[in-house]
Amino acid sequence: MSRYEMLRHFADSWALLAMVLLFLGFVGWTFRPGARRHHEDAARLIFRPDDLRE
Amino acid sequence: MPATLAKSGGLFLAMVVALFAMTQAKDAAFAVHMAIMALAALIAAMAVMATANVTATLGRDESVYDDAPVRWGVIATTFWGVVGLLAGLFIALQLAWPVLNLGTEYTTFGRLRPLHTSAVIFAFGGNALLCTSFYVVQRTCRARLAFPSLARFVFWGYQLFIVLAATGYVLGVTEAKEYAEPEWYVDIWLTIVWVSYLIVFGGTVIKRREPHIYVANWFYLAFIITVAMLHLVNNLSMPVSLFGSKSYSAFAGVQDALTQWWYGHNAVGFFLTAGFLAMMYYFVPKQAERPVYSYRLSIIHFWSLIFLYIWAGPHHLHYTALPDWAQSLGMVFSIMLWMPSWGGMINGLMTLNGAWDKIRTDPIIRMMVLALAFYGMSTFEGPMMSIKSVNSLSHYTDWTIGHVHSGALGWNGMITFACMYYMAPRLWKRERLYSLRLINAHFWLVTAGIVFYTASMWVAGLTQGLMWREYGADGYLVNSFAETIAAIHPMFLLRAFGGSLYLAGALVFAWNIAMTIAGRIRKEAPMTETPYNPAADRPLPASTGALQPAE
Amino acid sequence: MASNPETQPKAGFSHRTLERNITLLGLCSLVAVAIGGIVEIAPLFWVDSTIEKVEGVRPYTPLELAGRNIYMREGCYLCHSQMVRPFKDEVERYGHYSLAAESMYDHPFQWGSKRTGPDLARVGGRYSDDWHRDHLKNPRDVVPESIMPAYAFLAEKPLNAGDMRAHLRALRAVGVPYSDKDIEQANADLALQATQDGDDADLTARYPKSQVRDYDGNPAVVSELDALVAYLQMLGTLVDFKAAEAQEQPK
Repeated sequence: MSRYEMLRHFADSWALLAMVLLFLGFVGWTFRPGARRHHEDAARLIFRPDDLRE
Repeated sequence: MPATLAKSGGLFLAMVVALFAMTQAKDAAFAVHMAIMALAALIAAMAVMATANVTATLGRDESVYDDAPVRWGVIATTFWGVVGLLAGLFIALQLAWPVLNLGTEYTTFGRLRPLHTSAVIFAFGGNALLCTSFYVVQRTCRARLAFPSLARFVFWGYQLFIVLAATGYVLGVTEAKEYAEPEWYVDIWLTIVWVSYLIVFGGTVIKRREPHIYVANWFYLAFIITVAMLHLVNNLSMPVSLFGSKSYSAFAGVQDALTQWWYGHNAVGFFLTAGFLAMMYYFVPKQAERPVYSYRLSIIHFWSLIFLYIWAGPHHLHYTALPDWAQSLGMVFSIMLWMPSWGGMINGLMTLNGAWDKIRTDPIIRMMVLALAFYGMSTFEGPMMSIKSVNSLSHYTDWTIGHVHSGALGWNGMITFACMYYMAPRLWKRERLYSLRLINAHFWLVTAGIVFYTASMWVAGLTQGLMWREYGADGYLVNSFAETIAAIHPMFLLRAFGGSLYLAGALVFAWNIAMTIAGRIRKEAPMTETPYNPAADRPLPASTGALQPAE
Repeated sequence: MASNPETQPKAGFSHRTLERNITLLGLCSLVAVAIGGIVEIAPLFWVDSTIEKVEGVRPYTPLELAGRNIYMREGCYLCHSQMVRPFKDEVERYGHYSLAAESMYDHPFQWGSKRTGPDLARVGGRYSDDWHRDHLKNPRDVVPESIMPAYAFLAEKPLNAGDMRAHLRALRAVGVPYSDKDIEQANADLALQATQDGDDADLTARYPKSQVRDYDGNPAVVSELDALVAYLQMLGTLVDFKAAEAQEQPK
């Protein structure tokens, strides 16, 4: 098997699986219920009064 | 005082080095560029000395934002925007009437086209990114800009880069790689400026007084880092002489092609998308006075966008001599890219949830919404065009030009105009913009301009693509190449008309900004006949109403 | 500082750690954006099948190289591609589809991205030198529908390519196999190819299929037009496609 074919088989099996799992992991982690308050707070950060003057 | 002495001394030394390089120049263009550099060093040295007393007495008041570079950036964005659009209109007219190439070597389409693309992408877009990033990072970090002298160097150094690049194109100095045309010494200069930019931006984030780094800053950071990476790799080249402008790319053929389009596509992905999404994530919520629709979506948006974008480059090389596996990877990732792109668009648009009436009442919001709508359209069209069978028709035709301009004029242009409208009264401490009604005029001019531009280019691209592959009953090709050019001439006229509408809109914008800076306020009737009605306009639920410091 | 119990650091790693640390955020972003480029670009340098070996491809002669530099200087690549795709209509219109090996000495590549004008990958030998001269002077004299700019100034400007030895040396540094003799003779080779002034046996031995003649119809001066036409007339002429087809592997 050529080096190209070897890489190709690796890419469309294990590498693909790893990327899908990694992606699902990221999404799951971001949307875990415990982080909701933190994210809502972060989103509103830009509306707190400025400490500095323009 | 010793600092002033050291700075101006260093600048004089730089001037002497540039003058020496000028005397040694192997070609005229290099001599011109060294003369420009020497002049820039002299002006900078004089400016440093003239302002020495001012900076010494003013000190560095940490309780005030450092907005001077932001104000310069707003002016530079406006100026370069008009210049870049003017160059674009001119070359569009050249394609319709070739006599406008004027018969001199300095005014041919081939030399002015990079002038147009660089002026709109790097001068207009780049200055918009510079000034909004300096504005946003200070406010979201609650900290004054770090390294104020370096920030000023970044601004003026970047303008010098633009001048060197633009004069180079006209003089025929080019690396002949699209959107990376400046030669090796201009590339080195940009690298110095860009690293300084990273230091100023990163330094401000480090000294922040807000523990959380707001999402807009992630996008800015990814844009700065990735552009540095792309710029360094794609511009690796071997100069013929240390005192000449010419260099040869380090890569050749297939490898050079993929490196170039890895760069080229991510100039779109990171310069024109990630950086401008950073603007979206700050200015849209601020103007709408609503927090971003979903902060968690923005996290997913960020990581998936930056991870996926970088793979999409090979779709510029479908059916070429690039290996098939690379083309397929490019296509698959381009199609996947549709998802984070629309995630970002939805996140921006849904920020207006519960405040949709603002589209009617607030012309700046209206501009932002249309920018996001065009972002959505071009990020749908892009993945579609990356499908190999579609690309076999669209590639090499004006369809691509139409696609690029729906993104550039619609998304980048509109969101930039909106951000400048937002910042101008605040930066110059004006009660409001000179005129809100002029924003409305601007809005309709550019919207009509984009429609004419993109529609004519779609028709031109499809017409030409289909004519190229048209076979007659006798089994021969029907059209000569020249006949396909004649067929799309009317579309070229319509495109130039659309471009002139867009330019007219940009001139209205420039006038509005200039009058705002001058402190004038236009006497005009209010924008809308349906004033704000708290009951009918559905206020936010109580749980998300608190815009004070949390807790 | 905005105080907030929610934002107190917790033990262990979470996205929050990343949201607070710019160095970490920057590094993770760099890793995320580096992966795609590495996976796609790096194999092109060492997977053998990227560039199939093809007989006939050679580095440019100094005159062709000078012409190529004018081609780039004038931004020809913005309107003309040099990449014929493997479609029936393109192959019939322009000739055999382009092979990777044909641009293996192109620093930079000039495949282009837009055909405002026709593809030029195989334009060599299709038209006479006279046609090119008239066409570049005023394209509409020979193709009435053309929207190409007129390049009349090329015939009037003497070729000022600089020291071609330095150019060849720079190209050798990035991997083009010019011999010591090629470099030493570069300036003489350039003059010889454009004027036919002397014996060209040595030149054509080192650069097979190179065409030695006065291209611009004005033997008195080596003009920029000489160089550009020399480049255009060699484009796509190096590979014998009967031989190339025989080398293709049956699928």
